[in-house]
Amino acid sequence: MNQNQILDLLENDARLTSQDLADILNEDVETVKKAVRDLEDDKIICGYHTVINYNKALRDQKVLAYIEVRCTPIRNQGYDKTAFAIAQYPEVDTMYLLSGDCDFLCLVQGKTMFEVARFVSDKIACVENVLSTKTLFVLKEYKTRGIVMDERSINEEDRLVVTP
Amino acid sequence: MKPISNKVANMKPSGIRKFFDLASTMKGVISLGVGEPDFDTPWHISDYAINSLYNGKTHYTANRGLLELRKEITKFHKERYNQIYDPETEVLVTVGGSEGIDIAMRTILEPGDEVIVLDPNYVAYAPTIELAGGVMKSITLTEENEFKLLPEDLKAVITDKTKAMIINFPSNPTGGVMTKEDYEKIVPIIKESDIYVVSDEIYAELSFDQEFASLAQFPEIRDQIIVVNGFSKAFAMTGWRLGYILSNKYLSRMMTKVHQYVIMSAPTMAQHAAIEALKNGYDDVVRMRKDYENRRNLLVKRLNRMGLKTNMPHGTFYVFPNITPTGLDSETFCNRLLEEEKVACVPGNAFGDSGEGFIRISYAYSIDHIIEACNRIEHFISNLG
Repeated sequence: MNQNQILDLLENDARLTSQDLADILNEDVETVKKAVRDLEDDKIICGYHTVINYNKALRDQKVLAYIEVRCTPIRNQGYDKTAFAIAQYPEVDTMYLLSGDCDFLCLVQGKTMFEVARFVSDKIACVENVLSTKTLFVLKEYKTRGIVMDERSINEEDRLVVTP
Repeated sequence: MKPISNKVANMKPSGIRKFFDLASTMKGVISLGVGEPDFDTPWHISDYAINSLYNGKTHYTANRGLLELRKEITKFHKERYNQIYDPETEVLVTVGGSEGIDIAMRTILEPGDEVIVLDPNYVAYAPTIELAGGVMKSITLTEENEFKLLPEDLKAVITDKTKAMIINFPSNPTGGVMTKEDYEKIVPIIKESDIYVVSDEIYAELSFDQEFASLAQFPEIRDQIIVVNGFSKAFAMTGWRLGYILSNKYLSRMMTKVHQYVIMSAPTMAQHAAIEALKNGYDDVVRMRKDYENRRNLLVKRLNRMGLKTNMPHGTFYVFPNITPTGLDSETFCNRLLEEEKVACVPGNAFGDSGEGFIRISYAYSIDHIIEACNRIEHFISNLG
């Protein structure tokens, strides 16, 4: 069985049961269960999350900001040591090493702008080898993980109920 | 008030309409009843059409449609299906495949001419034939033969009066397909009887497991075949109302005469959208087809497990399960399913008498939606038992 097919399906819809996956892929349930377990054990599947539209809920408890971080790479270790020092903080939701002007891009979550700002100045900026940070607060979310956060797409059924 | 046309006055409203009226009055219904993709038109296609409006492309086009579009159509058909047509003289762009069927019938039929349709079939064929003065003759397709057209059945129904046949593979509502080998058996009959075949190939791109085949791929009968296709299903463009007809030069010229007086030319912005679809939209087709295939697999397995015998269809986005083991007829089944579980499907008899004992389920819905609907159907079936 092709691992990628399972990953494709679960990436789009993590609620699919092993039976659903087995039906879609023409496999038996036990084979699929084992394949998913292997993917989890190998940390290829690292978690199952829910995509929330923060425009509509948790508005006063969720502030998102992208933090651009520049740092000095360390001989023999490159960026990884600094990266892990930052990534360990639970406030950091997502983190990448990028090409271009900045080195890291971190998506940071906090309850208030003040909390995020303080996290950046007190924690990220003080990590060894970090040279500078730039904080970009998210004002409105339009699309996350392929899902457009828009009233139009939320009231999805434009189609007639029954058509030929 | 003077009486209107008898033909129109006596025309029966489609069985789907009846069901639509019922379903749309109820709250909390989850439908498996639609005949159109759930995907929105890929954005680059809509964007291209919007841009055509910005650029003032708001005038009539040539009656046959924009030449650039016709060239893209013939290129696509050559590359994808090995159907060879000349963009200048053998393509006519229409308002959906529906117009194509209609003007093909009006172009070839004399009053009293017989037209063969395959039962069950798409709901528009019978009225279209009748409006054009034709007389419908049915061939019953059966579940045992995977709803394919068999040569002996075709032979048996052809008479001196037979002028044409309308076929639709992959088929709405059965999901049945014809392979090249299946067609090879009927090609000699079509050649010998010299009938026209209107081949509604709107679901061609939604072929699974095997290559799409078409009668237009057989040179010996090519001039008898009128291919009707369009953008609705493959590119998720139902609302744009754009289709086309491929046929020999003479037929194409004759059908263009009808088209120019009743339509003039297909909507210009839709034609621009279609150019973009054919030029840059094939990846979207592949992506959507893969999704449909996944849903089909899930749906067919679940229906069979809950005791509704269902062929694995090789095309379209419909399955056509046999509901006779439940002891209910199609309409009762669908009515009760709607009332008791709030799931809307279409009774098979809406597609002709041979559809009795079946229901049409569309899987042009998200997997989550299909799973929820299956849970409800399963509950319904287990309560019957």
